Amino acid sequence: MSTPMGFGRMHRKEDARFIRGRGGYVDDVNLPGMLYGAILRSPHAHARIVSIDTSAALAHPKVKAVITGETLAGLNLAWMPTLSADTQAVLATDKVRFQGQEVAFVVAEDRYSARDALELIDVEYDALDAVIDARKSLDPDAPIIRDDHEGRADNKIFDWEAGDKATTDAVFAQAEVTVTQDMLYPRVHPAPLETCGAVADFDKVTGKLTVWCPTQAPHAHRTLYALVAGLPEHKIRVISPDIGGGFGNKVGIYPGYVCAIVGSIVTGKPVKWMEDRSENLMSTSFARDYHMRGEVAATRDGKIQAIRVKVLADHGAFNGTAQPTKFPAGFFHVFTGSYDLRAAHCEVTGVYTNKAPGGVAYACSFRITEAVYLVERMIDVLAMELGADPAELRMKNLLRSEQFPYTSPTGWEYDSGDYQKTLQLAMDMAGYDALRREQAEKRDRGELMGIGIAFFTEAVGAGPRKHMDILGLGMADGAELRVHPTGKAVLRVSCQSQGQGHETTFAQIVASELGISPDDVDVVHGDTDQTPFGLGTYGSRSTPVSGAAAAMVSRKVRERARQVAAAMLEASPEDLEWAVNESGGAWTVAGTGAGKTIQEIALAAHSSLELPEGIEGHLDATCVYNPPNLTYPFGAYICVVDVDPGTGQVKVRRFIAVDDCGVRINPMIVEGQVHGGLADGVGMALMQLMAFDEDGNHLGASFMDYLLPTAMECPSWELGETVTPSPHHPIGAKGVGESATVGSPPAVVNAVLDALRPFGVRHADMPLTPAGVWRAMQGNPIRTDLAIS
Amino acid sequence: MQVPASFEFERAESVPHALELLERYGPEARLVAGGHSLIPMMKLRLAQPDALIDINGLAELSQLGVEGDTLVIGALVRHAALLADDAVGAYFPIFHEAERVIADPVVRNRGTVGGSLCQADPSEDLSAAFAAVRADAVIVGPGGSRTVPIREFHVGPYETVVEPGEILTELRVRIKPGAGSAYEKVERRVGDWPVAAVGAYLRTNEGMIVEAGLGLTAVGAEHFAAPDAEAYLIGKAAGEDVLREAARIAAASCAPQADQRGPVDYKRHLAGELTYRALSRAAERSRA
Amino acid sequence: MRVSVTVNGQNYVRDVEPRLLLVHFLRDELRLTGTHWGCDTSNCGVCVVQLDGVPVKSCTVLAVMADGHEVTTVEGLEKDGALDPVQEGFVQCHGLQCGFCTPGMLMTARWLLDRNPDPDEGEIREAISGQLCRCTGYENIVRSVRWAAEKEASV
Repeated sequence: MSTPMGFGRMHRKEDARFIRGRGGYVDDVNLPGMLYGAILRSPHAHARIVSIDTSAALAHPKVKAVITGETLAGLNLAWMPTLSADTQAVLATDKVRFQGQEVAFVVAEDRYSARDALELIDVEYDALDAVIDARKSLDPDAPIIRDDHEGRADNKIFDWEAGDKATTDAVFAQAEVTVTQDMLYPRVHPAPLETCGAVADFDKVTGKLTVWCPTQAPHAHRTLYALVAGLPEHKIRVISPDIGGGFGNKVGIYPGYVCAIVGSIVTGKPVKWMEDRSENLMSTSFARDYHMRGEVAATRDGKIQAIRVKVLADHGAFNGTAQPTKFPAGFFHVFTGSYDLRAAHCEVTGVYTNKAPGGVAYACSFRITEAVYLVERMIDVLAMELGADPAELRMKNLLRSEQFPYTSPTGWEYDSGDYQKTLQLAMDMAGYDALRREQAEKRDRGELMGIGIAFFTEAVGAGPRKHMDILGLGMADGAELRVHPTGKAVLRVSCQSQGQGHETTFAQIVASELGISPDDVDVVHGDTDQTPFGLGTYGSRSTPVSGAAAAMVSRKVRERARQVAAAMLEASPEDLEWAVNESGGAWTVAGTGAGKTIQEIALAAHSSLELPEGIEGHLDATCVYNPPNLTYPFGAYICVVDVDPGTGQVKVRRFIAVDDCGVRINPMIVEGQVHGGLADGVGMALMQLMAFDEDGNHLGASFMDYLLPTAMECPSWELGETVTPSPHHPIGAKGVGESATVGSPPAVVNAVLDALRPFGVRHADMPLTPAGVWRAMQGNPIRTDLAIS
Repeated sequence: MQVPASFEFERAESVPHALELLERYGPEARLVAGGHSLIPMMKLRLAQPDALIDINGLAELSQLGVEGDTLVIGALVRHAALLADDAVGAYFPIFHEAERVIADPVVRNRGTVGGSLCQADPSEDLSAAFAAVRADAVIVGPGGSRTVPIREFHVGPYETVVEPGEILTELRVRIKPGAGSAYEKVERRVGDWPVAAVGAYLRTNEGMIVEAGLGLTAVGAEHFAAPDAEAYLIGKAAGEDVLREAARIAAASCAPQADQRGPVDYKRHLAGELTYRALSRAAERSRA
Repeated sequence: MRVSVTVNGQNYVRDVEPRLLLVHFLRDELRLTGTHWGCDTSNCGVCVVQLDGVPVKSCTVLAVMADGHEVTTVEGLEKDGALDPVQEGFVQCHGLQCGFCTPGMLMTARWLLDRNPDPDEGEIREAISGQLCRCTGYENIVRSVRWAAEKEASV
């Protein structure tokens, strides 16, 4: 594979270190004199803390400090603000509110001793009744979880609605056909293979705090530390090193990070804290946990008219939802999906339960995952009611290309789309009609085969300032581009890669704009002292926002280059044309052969050439990109499954995914991202689950119980593409990181339920484990959020 | 990552040396071979032995082969070795089918047959396979060696007849003509413990069943076996109705418990369905 | 306890606690941080190294159990400045994204090809079935191993 002069397939620049074992992740950071932290966590879901005795732990010869909520209260750090206008305990002071909550922090000379010392801390608890079943959280006799809130008399966090209730209700009142379905998008966890952790190093002499932390948002972390801890922001440096996967798990600030910082301040030494896997699954950002009721109104011949949704949202013990929108349910109100309908309305009620905080994580695009699942399941429920083919029903109701830009009934402005073309391509690739014939033959023989379709519209690249911010910080991202005298470039961006290949993709963007090789562009990211401010990587926003910034800053450089080239060529800047050929990009004098390449111009900009007025002597530039709108990638997915009628086991035989993410900068990387998201979808649909027993014990607290898909459960993915550029993005790209995670779960679930059609099964909740499928066949489905009894 | 509490470590040079070390360190010492059950438990601090006695160097426990009419499997045989052995596959396909679904290839490189049996997890696959073929377990102790039928080996969940000062050294299985065997497992995902699994062993003579063995795991079958269903099969032709009835009897004799792998009714259903499937394939092989 | 372990051809003698896990011995004692850890229960496989040529999960092996044995880690794959074909394959076929599972995948892939120079897709999937990847959906890992097999067949 040769290196293209811009967009196209090229091998990743970052691979060279990873294949040699020379990546640098947070647990690889090793500082002289470094100490190790460990967190003591609550065994109870809900209990009052009577006392904490740390004396035996402090007596351990290798223990340097033990920090409790009381210690932190003295520093005014026992509680920290969440990203959703709530507070969260850093270390519990009054009571514990979920199993696995942070209670004490030990700092010791090595990791084994730190772990040993946890056993020496004696905490006396007074156990309280726990609220585990979200559906009972608002019962009048439910225990009040957040009694730290003055005057609180229940467990409700918010009631919120979107859309037009009156119009929607009117459409429903007159509808020829309505269907209603309850469904749960269960609690899952992003579970990146690298857990969360931090190394904090506070230098008492300089007053500088350096925090190595695999964060998806290093600049936001820096500002939040400044706001929370009262440290001067210029004395804080956050370094996000190589990250072993994020998927939304590494957006927020966790108590352990604050503890590591306090530990370093208290001991005067660097302190490393790394979560173990159980801690990661039990305490850090989970995702979903939406109990939904969907209703669809349609005509008898299958034209969808309205959708109505009610949601009970389980946010856990603290409202720690890490999402930047002004809407408490994130982007959930794009639940009208890809369809042309008259009216829509949703009501969402958020509640506290005795479970870990979080809710927005795991490649979910701020609740679009839940929204797409809801609408795509409802379309299949409607198809079953009408006896319609689910592909035909979708084709009939999809938005048409001439409707774009399209304003949805709940107020979203979809930028561009050609939905029918994409669905048709997926059906052609799948051989849809032949699959239906095969299915019919198999049904006659008693074999269970299912074909599931999902069509999704994503909304990514957060986002416009009017709708979103993080604690008042607008959702912009910065880029700074330096062109060295020899024409080699260094791009500094505010976002940070967790595996998405930014070092390659962003180099390709600069290369494309400047007409140089991507090999001549280095990308610097992840270090707040070395990169411009910006809000980071989540919600598929790297390419839509930072990618746009990279393009815009390159254009600024190119414009400066035009001025310098004009001086070099003794021509007027207006007479120069930008041209790129195999040897690179150059400004040329229109109608002549005379021109100067970027390399020549860069050298001249640093030389004794007399520069035009306003040009100071280099080509470097900075820029901040404020997205004017979100971008709206979309796609059509078709899944084919075989179900064993005797055991309920599901085998995903084929998965066809046609994605339209606008312009593809590096198709190889785009396809890789889609592959990963499809595996996520198989995992969520078939096995991943965090359920709780009635006492609040976490039933998915290790990889023995929280099952992630292996190579054996994944088919060989069949990918296709259509390209509908975003009209408002500088390079027409839309973002793709979360598309497959959003779109694939309903395709798998629809396929399984399609296979179960002979049993009259209309719905069963994820994950569709063998037991879940078999029980659905018996007409006695499992409630998946609680312990199986 | 979670880490174990402190312990003392000794490397055994021979079986008598291992016995001597067990004697020296007493009941809080544990043998370690592959460590793939014990070390995770120690990291989670669910197990905190005072001492570990490493028996990985004991070549005499690694024998795997046929002695006369008996297949001998040393306790230290790795899962991968059992799975790779052609003679095992030829005489007892049940072992290859079970091993293929135990954990994953990398774990199987390290984990041992004896370790799996001695862990005595009530969902352990090999316990069912050995119960089906009625293996004998050879245990040595300070007073010499003794042989225990596998169906008397497990006393209860995580409990065996191997006393603190003793070592399981090998498993012995008689090779008989006209035998067929098979293993069926339903798991939530590759590498998971079974929701339910069944091993079947049948010997037929001119179409009639002369010996039947059923091993069931994860479904609360006493000693991992289903003796009533086995008794029912003897003397009958291995036709579909007979095998279905045996499966029904086996399922009825189980006492599964609900957990996140499945509810009781499903596990009981699986016990029957998988018994039938395993018996059908074992019968087919016995005729081959 | 004193242990003597040969890692990537070099002998190391260290005094360690018996409870020290091999993965921590490699990472913290020898500073060979290419081998990662990702769970507590030997499920994820990011810690896979070769012990006497056979892949094992180094989070479930004690360093003292490696005494007198040979360990190969990802850092030992490259020989005299030449990448191992499995390393090349992962670059050629985009077999990695975040890179965290990659060292373990490479060690198992090397072992698979040593035993079976021409594995089909199913054999590759089975070989890596005890190792999780959250980024690639495994597709390009399978292709990477196939690429390496073909490269080795062609020389």
